[in-house]
This record gives sequence, C-alpha cells and structure tokens, in this order.
Amino acid sequence: MNCYPQGPVADPRAAYQFGGSEIVTTQRTSGRRKQAFAAAAAVAALLATAACGGGGKDNGASKDGAAGFDAANNKVAQASLAKKGGTLKFAGAQDADSWDTTRGYYGFAWNFMRYYSRQLVTNKTAPGKTGAELTPDLATGLAKITDGGKTYTYTLRDGITWEDGKPITSKDVKYGIERSWAQDVLSGGPIYLQQVLDPDNTYKGPYKDKSADHLGLKAISTPDDKTIVFHLPKPNSDFQEMLAMTSASPVRQDKDTRSKYALHPFSSGPYKFQSYDPGKSLVLVRNTSWKQSSDPVRKAYPDKITVNFFTNANDMDQRLIQGDFDLDIGQTGMSPQGRTVALKQHKENLDNPVSGYIRYAAFPQSVKPFDNVHCRNAVIYGADHKSLQTARGGPVAGGAIGTNMLPPSVPGAEGQKYDPFGFLKNDGAGDVAKAKAELKECGKPNGFKTTIAVRNNKPVEVATAESLQASLKKIGVTADIDQYDGSQTTGIIGSPSNVKKKGYGIIIMGWGPDFPSVQGFGLPLWDSKYILQSGNNNYSLIKDKTIDGLFNSYVKEMDATKKAQIATEINHKVMEGGYYLPFVFEKFINWRSSRLANVYTTDAYSGEYDFVNLGLKK
Amino acid sequence: MTAPLHEPTADAAPSAAEEASLAEAGGAQAVQGRSLGRIAWERLKRDKLALTGGIVVLVLIVIAILAPAIAHLVGQDPETHHENLIDPLFSTPKGSLGGISGDHLFGVEPVSGRDVFARIVYGSRVSLLVGFLSAVVAVIIGTVLGILAGFFGGWVDAAISRVMDGLLAFPQLLFIIALVSVMPNEMLGLTGTDVRLFVMILVIGFFGWPYIGRVVRGQTLSLREREYVEAARSLGAGRLYILFKELLPNLVAPIIVYTTMMIPTNILTEAALSFLGVGVKPPTASWGQMLSSAIDYYDSDPMYMVIPGVAIFITVLAFNLFGDGVRDALDPKGSR
Repeated sequence: MNCYPQGPVADPRAAYQFGGSEIVTTQRTSGRRKQAFAAAAAVAALLATAACGGGGKDNGASKDGAAGFDAANNKVAQASLAKKGGTLKFAGAQDADSWDTTRGYYGFAWNFMRYYSRQLVTNKTAPGKTGAELTPDLATGLAKITDGGKTYTYTLRDGITWEDGKPITSKDVKYGIERSWAQDVLSGGPIYLQQVLDPDNTYKGPYKDKSADHLGLKAISTPDDKTIVFHLPKPNSDFQEMLAMTSASPVRQDKDTRSKYALHPFSSGPYKFQSYDPGKSLVLVRNTSWKQSSDPVRKAYPDKITVNFFTNANDMDQRLIQGDFDLDIGQTGMSPQGRTVALKQHKENLDNPVSGYIRYAAFPQSVKPFDNVHCRNAVIYGADHKSLQTARGGPVAGGAIGTNMLPPSVPGAEGQKYDPFGFLKNDGAGDVAKAKAELKECGKPNGFKTTIAVRNNKPVEVATAESLQASLKKIGVTADIDQYDGSQTTGIIGSPSNVKKKGYGIIIMGWGPDFPSVQGFGLPLWDSKYILQSGNNNYSLIKDKTIDGLFNSYVKEMDATKKAQIATEINHKVMEGGYYLPFVFEKFINWRSSRLANVYTTDAYSGEYDFVNLGLKK
Repeated sequence: MTAPLHEPTADAAPSAAEEASLAEAGGAQAVQGRSLGRIAWERLKRDKLALTGGIVVLVLIVIAILAPAIAHLVGQDPETHHENLIDPLFSTPKGSLGGISGDHLFGVEPVSGRDVFARIVYGSRVSLLVGFLSAVVAVIIGTVLGILAGFFGGWVDAAISRVMDGLLAFPQLLFIIALVSVMPNEMLGLTGTDVRLFVMILVIGFFGWPYIGRVVRGQTLSLREREYVEAARSLGAGRLYILFKELLPNLVAPIIVYTTMMIPTNILTEAALSFLGVGVKPPTASWGQMLSSAIDYYDSDPMYMVIPGVAIFITVLAFNLFGDGVRDALDPKGSR
C-alpha cells in the first residue's frame, strides 16, 4: 500500500496550532473558532494517516536470506555463512547499568562483556542447554577440585594478553575478583563470590587493602603467575558457575580507574573499547593483541561492533525492521507495535525463545491476611491464568502459562508438567469454587481488601495487575492497584517495613536466573538468610527451615543429577507454601537481521542470542 | 452540576455601555425593561454554532450522569475482560476496526478485551467531573481574591497580584505530576482513584484561579469608581454590602465567560495527566489513559486511538463553541 501524501492535505501547522492552543488557552485568544476548525481539519488529517498507517512497507526486502522463524531458537542458524569482517550493529532502548565487569548486573551486559573480557571458565558457545555448560577460557581446563570441594585450582593458558600486549597473570584475575569486595566504590554487581569465599566479610576490598600489592584476600592464592587457587570455607557446588560470570573477569591494577572503569574497561578479549558515550553509543574495535590461538571460545567474526541507544523502544523496533541495525542488545523482546509488524511481514527474522524469566505475584506474609496460607491459596486459585497470560502478551509473545516457580532453563525444572494448583485445567480459567473454599478456611468467606504493588514503568505488568484485579473481584477480593516509581524498586518493594506499612499484599515482579541453577535463581527469593531490610527480593518473607535446609544440602552436593533432584524438591516446597502466583514462563520475540550468521540462543544468558560469536554474512 | 448559564442573576443592572451598544446594534426592538440575562439569551439563541455546542455539552452531561444505565443498556461494563476476543498472537482485538460488533459498539481494548464503548461512557464522568469541579474551585478562589485585590487595593492588591504572577509562571503540569505521584493512597477517608480525582481537581483549580482572579480584579478596579458604588458608599453601605450586592452581580458576566472557557482546558489537562500515567488509577476508565495505552497499537488497531481521541475532541470543541457563544452574548464588545 502506498502511503505518501497525495493531493491536498491539511497544513501540518494546523495540527500544531491545535495542540498549542488547547493546552495553553484560558487567555482570551483571538479567533478561537477559527482554531477549532483548523483543529477539525488536523484531526481529519490524523484519521487519514492512522487509516493508512496499517500498511507499512512490503517491498519484499525480507526475502533476503533470513533464516526463518525460530531458526536460531536453541539451534544454530546459518553457521556456515559467517564471514570475517564487517560491522555488527546493535541497537538498544537502554544502556547497561555499567560496562565495568565488576558492576554490571543486566543479563545483556554480561552477555556483551564477553567481547572484551575473559574469565577462567565460561559458558560454552553453543545453543540452548549446552550453552549453559562450562568450558575453560583463560584456564587450561576446568578446576581441579580437592579437599572435599573446598579447594579449586586453575592453571592459566599460554598466550593470553591484555590489549597492550602484556600477559594476563593469575594476580590480575585475583585483583579483578577482589574488586567486588569494594562495594562502597563499585556497587551494583553480583556478590556471590564474596558470599562464598568470605562469608564473614573480613576483607575490605583492594582499595582499603594495606598490603603492598593490594592482594590481601586470603581465600585466593596465586603461587605463581600461571596458577590460581581458591580456598572455600564451605563447599559450594555452583562455585564454577560463579567464576563463569563476567564479574570474575581479570582487571589489571594499573589500569583500574575505579568508578570510572566502566567508561573504558581494559580489554582481555578479542575487542576493545574505541569510544563510549553513555546512553548514546558504544563502539568496539578489534583488540589486535588478542590471539585466536589463545582463545578456544570466541570466534571474533566482525571487525567492529557498534551499539546505538534509543530513547524510544518503538523507534528502535522500527529501525531494526528497516534493517538499519542487526539486533536489540536488550534482548527483552520487541514492543507490541514492532512485534505485530514483524510477525505479519518478517516472520522469518524472528525467534521465539523461552527467556528463563518467570513473571509472578508474591504475597508478603507480613501483610494480613496473607499470613494465612489459605488466603494466599485463594488468590492463586481465583486468578484467571489465561487472562494473565494474555496480559503478558499471549502464548507467543508472553509465554506459556507458568505453573510453578522454576524456570524451564534451570536443571531440575519440570515445566508445565508440575502443575500443583491445576492452572491448566479449564483452559487456564480461575477456579472460583476452590478459591471460595480456601477463603472460608482462611476465615474470610466474603473476601477481603488488599493492594497490588506494580512498577509504573512496565505497561505489561500494569496490565497483569488489572487482570488480577478483575479476576479477584469475582471471589470477593477487592484489590487496589498502587503503581510505584519503577526506578525505586529496591526501596519500595525491597523494604519489608515499607511493604507492611503500605499494605502491599500482592507484589508483581519477575525474576531470571543469574546463572542457570536453582541457587542462581531461587536463593535470593526463597532462602530466609536473604531477607534484607533494603533491596530484598524474598518478597514473600519465606522463612522455611526445610527450604533453607535443602539449599544447604544443594551447595554441598557435587553430583549433577542429585543437584537437579534437590532443585525439583525446592520448587515443590515453594509451591506448596502458596507464596507465589506464577504468571508465565516468559517467552520473547526477538529480532535477528538478515545479515546475521551463526545465530543461536543460549540458556547461559536466559534465552538471549549468544553475542560473542555472532557473525555477518558479507 | 450545571453552571447557571441561562439565568444569571435577574436583577443585574445592565451597564450603560451595554445599553448603548445594543442601541447601536439596532437589532433589538424594545430596549427598555430587559435584563442582562435575557439580552444574552436572545443573542445566544441566534448563534447556531454556540447552541449546537451547548446541546452537545448537555448530552455529554446526561451521558456522564447516566453512565451505568447506558452501559447496562448495551449489556456491557467497563471492567469485564473479554480475552476470548483478543488475537493471542498480536494482543489486538479479533475482527476489523478494533473488534467493533453488535455487542461491542466501539470494539474492545487490545490485551484485556474490555468494552471500549462502556469505557468511553464511564470515561466521560472523569473528564467532566474534573473539568467542572476544578473550574468551580478556580472560580471561587479567583473571584474572592480578585475582588479583594481590586476593591481594597494597596498592599492587599500588591500581595495578591504577586501571588497570581507567581502562580502563572509556575510549570503547573510538572507540579501536578510530581504531586500526584507522591500522594498517599488513602487520604481524608478517600482511597485510590478518589484521592487522585480529589488532588487533580484541587490542583488544577488552584493553578487556574489567577486567570479568573486577574479579570475579576481589573473589573473590580473599574467598577469601584462607578457612581452607583459611590452612591451606595455615601448612603452608608458597609464594605461587605458593596462587595456582594453592588460589585459581585456586575462581575457575573466575565466570570461565566471564563468558567466556560476554563472547563475545556481543564478537561485537556486531565486527559494529559491520565495520558502521562498520573491520572485516575486502573481500572477506572479515562480518555487520556485510553489514548496512552493506544500508542502501542496505533498501527495495528488504530480505532482504539481514534475513539477516545474523537471523544476528547468533540467534548473540547463543544465546550469551546459554547463558551465562545456565551462570551459573545454576554460581552459583545469584549476585546478579542
């Protein structure tokens, strides 16, 4: 359909006048009536444009070699077409929280950091579940584990270098890890290693370290430049997973600019920072000191990698569809507008992976009547799961109805096979009879009043809150929706005292694994030790000795099969407690340009494309 | 809830200027014995556009008052979800034109499938309520302070005028956004949406009063020097008597004019606030909020944006035409 303005169209200035006059009025402006008619003309023009907007371009540009719908979902698309060279162009609607390897906590940032940082071990560059497995990177092999799981020893590879050509030593690795102890200067990143290596927090971080080399952390020793040994006070079976996170990347002391490090992280990987303008753009170029022979993981296809940040996600989606960019760095799925256009016209450029996130409602037990399991169950039964799924975007863009709290990408997950509350019966409709029976047992046969807390900057979450509100009305539960400032999550819903004060009986949230294990997903959510006064994520305030105990035995268990069994058991205990109402096992619709080759999603980064080995066809 | 548009105080003395202008116009046959209200009404009746506007305004008011009945009549309510009418792949309504059908006259909302007709009808309540009540607040404050400033002059005038200047310079939209987002959920026995409505009415009214205040002050300044005021004063009338019996009736015309002009602006402000997410709370329907959620679907479901847009447009246009007519009728010589 052709949509260029033809013939007489309303003067755009009329539209401008419309907006201007109507918002500023109250003064006696002359010719108000004339303006009203100008406005009428403007609206007529707008209507005409709206009617025309449905078409969009259909010039057949999409038939240019895109791999096909879901071609890169858990499998590799067009691996053989990847050539060396070219510029890989990312677009983003939001910059990373920090590009400092120690400080970033966004999943996409971790994924992207592999371009300019290397770790002792890292996730396999392979699609789907295999991607979640570990493979040696800077180290010659996976850890030599001794002393009953309390000592991990790695030997560094030959030929590994920084961007200035100097070799990467075990001391650089130790220093990079030590940085996460300096939370006062470098806040924001994951602190798993700190909790495992130094649970009593005796080390104060390298900046307050009085020793000459600032390498005073006792739990890590570096007998020589090629050897690094970790001494764990207590075993933790996911320890190598934690070392595979980019927050365990080496940092060289003389290049550590502390809080400014994010502006130019010193590269140990195949690419280095050329320029970075926060919130606007980022450009990586080849690190000429990096040698392919020293790196069994990274293929380093493109010559240059650019990231452009947009302020408007719709705008970005449109540019992706137009072919100006290759993929969204955020990897959280296209927004409704772009998604519809893409699904209708460019389906072969889309993948529909499971994200690893679970979207859910949590019930803080400090807010009455949610201290009573039957009242919690009443809400779980009363919710219309199909409606919640639709609010999340439907089965394709939103995800399958979530029936339990363990994401499908985590070992031990059963997916929809474990459905303790019978969500899938009646096509996902709520079970009003059971909900009412639970209400009776809770001593609130006529229902009760409560408040749903939801972030105001996530329209989809607000939609789920409205859906929940509507279905709870049917069982007599009146829920008021409180939309709080989404950038203040840690202080508002992360503060149990505030939650109690505000009476937030239902908190709408989402969570994805930091690393694909029940510990990397559920520990902060379900373990009583993780109830914090600020930045709390255990919103339901779960204090269950059985669950704590299961986590304790999980970290001691070294056998993968048994670990998965414990994960399953933890999930069951959480569901039986009625602490959560899961909405969906989230799915995304992500864009992949027709120029991309060797594309695949990986469980290591929650269904995102594996950035580090993306290639271009030309 | 209607403003006394058609019968302003009957005993309002027509000013000499009024009489003279009428005589010049030569359209009137019997010059004597007609009240200002009557003259205005005669003029208004001749203004077809203004009358149309007035009728539309009346219809809107009736719709707002009878919203539940109207929604019930078509068998819909604004909060029931109809997910079965939503295309699971695109989240937009099944069928053409946003799912318009016999059951859903204006179609259904994307994602939730709530009936758009019922939400438009209910949304008119929010728009008109905020539009009218905040105008009332502005008129009350503006009239009282304007009259005081004009009548007493001196430091009272100086103080009030500076406050007005200050308020006029204030970025009111930003202020309202900031205020509404820190408002507690419960206040003065109100909860949720009621708190938001209350705050919006008060704040929009509060920032609107200087416009009326300035006009009233100016008018009072000129009126207080008139002979009839002098006469009343020399006969020993008190200040209050002069204020309320002599001055106020002569201020009615400009006040009415400004009220009718202010209502559509307030309606737009409410729509803007709801659009920005600080208006009424879900699930309460409001036109601005509908427009805001339509943005994501303007391409795939344009009707969902067109319908609330047209509703706002018609309402504001009707009020403006009507307000224009009222001004022409009450104050034909008014500087434009």
